[in-house]
Amino acid sequence: MEANTAVPMEEKGKWDGGGPKPFASSYGKMMMWFFILSDALTFSGFLAAYGLTRFKFIDSWPIADEVFTHVPFVHGEFPMIYVAIMTFILIFSSVTMVLAVDAGHQMKKSKVTWYMFITIIGGIVFVGSQAWEWNTFINGTYGAVKTTEGKVLQFVKNGKQIALADFVTEPRTDGRIQHTRKNGLWFESEGAIPNYSVAQVLQAYNANSDIQVRSEYIDSGEKQKTILSREEGSASLLQVKNVVEGANLQANEYGKTSFSNFFFFITGFHGFHVVSGIIINIIIFFNVILGIYEKRGNYEMVEKVGLYWHFVDLVWVFVFTFFYLV
Amino acid sequence: MAQAHVSNTKRIWIVFGILSVITLVEVYLGIIKPDALHLSGPGTSWLNWIFIILTLGKAYGIAWVFMHLEGENKWFRRAIVWSGVFLVSYLVTLLLIEGGYISDILSPLVRW
Repeated sequence: MEANTAVPMEEKGKWDGGGPKPFASSYGKMMMWFFILSDALTFSGFLAAYGLTRFKFIDSWPIADEVFTHVPFVHGEFPMIYVAIMTFILIFSSVTMVLAVDAGHQMKKSKVTWYMFITIIGGIVFVGSQAWEWNTFINGTYGAVKTTEGKVLQFVKNGKQIALADFVTEPRTDGRIQHTRKNGLWFESEGAIPNYSVAQVLQAYNANSDIQVRSEYIDSGEKQKTILSREEGSASLLQVKNVVEGANLQANEYGKTSFSNFFFFITGFHGFHVVSGIIINIIIFFNVILGIYEKRGNYEMVEKVGLYWHFVDLVWVFVFTFFYLV
Repeated sequence: MAQAHVSNTKRIWIVFGILSVITLVEVYLGIIKPDALHLSGPGTSWLNWIFIILTLGKAYGIAWVFMHLEGENKWFRRAIVWSGVFLVSYLVTLLLIEGGYISDILSPLVRW
């Protein structure tokens, strides 16, 4: 009789069917690892595509610490600081997660509950920070102009970038007003029009002799964007087609549009992972409170969701390096 | 789950400390960008190599200690790590070579 039994009887009734464990690991944990492997390949596909595009435009790619310079509630330029804080938040919430797993191994229910709770809070704070970062990026800081060839020209004063609002003073003369559903043709609205017209910007450039144009081109010796002389600036401004304020999928005041596309896509996909991680964490958190794992006799579910949470942190480590540092 | 019932709390905090220090070093270097490291180096700048190596160090800390890969069955660990490392380095190598090639062909056509 024994020879005909495929699954040991005492294991029957368990959701994973019991039976021999390959790699001495439970079915659920093993599959979580293989999911993480496949998800890691997805993310590396995105980051490698970012790398390709960046290598393609290696002489004119936006310089990240000129793009992400803001910190909430503080004025001034602080490159890297904010994203470093976000990284710390995520690493810290990874630590509380692993402490929850550790407490689970010792069957300490209240400790698991508290560590899970802190982890969830950390995740929510991270997503909120990401939303603030997006908002700042979308609204833009300085404003720029774009030529018919798609090149972005920024304005500098004494070598420091200056906002359009700081030197364009004359009133708008083209009479352009925002189309809304109320006053637009055929009740169609349009995207937000820039605060300044091209003519206004050109007039202001000609009127202020201390303003210079900065091109996207990176000086390979200095690794900085080249600043054009007044004459070169006037010549390049002749080709200007429109004013760009902030960043979206069509235009980007910081430079290459593909930079903003990759930013939205990669950090967005990561943010989506964080959000789903928070939701799964919350579900497990309530299960812990209800004592489901106490009854089951092990906290392996906490360990599995912990793997996913650490993976989200792992991805951020790479996004941080390849988007903000390198 | 070899040390299933032993508490590793102290070790977890040590790893957290190491990860934090690495992040601080990265941020510090990213802000000051010393010219000696930033403007020269093989392939890319020395600074970029430092960032990449420190990042791989952080990834190792997270995967081995936080995700507890160190305690898994040896061949289970290899099935995950070797597959990922091989496929990612293959993809990255091909795409970066291709990106460099496109740049070589394209950039002479752009007038700045």
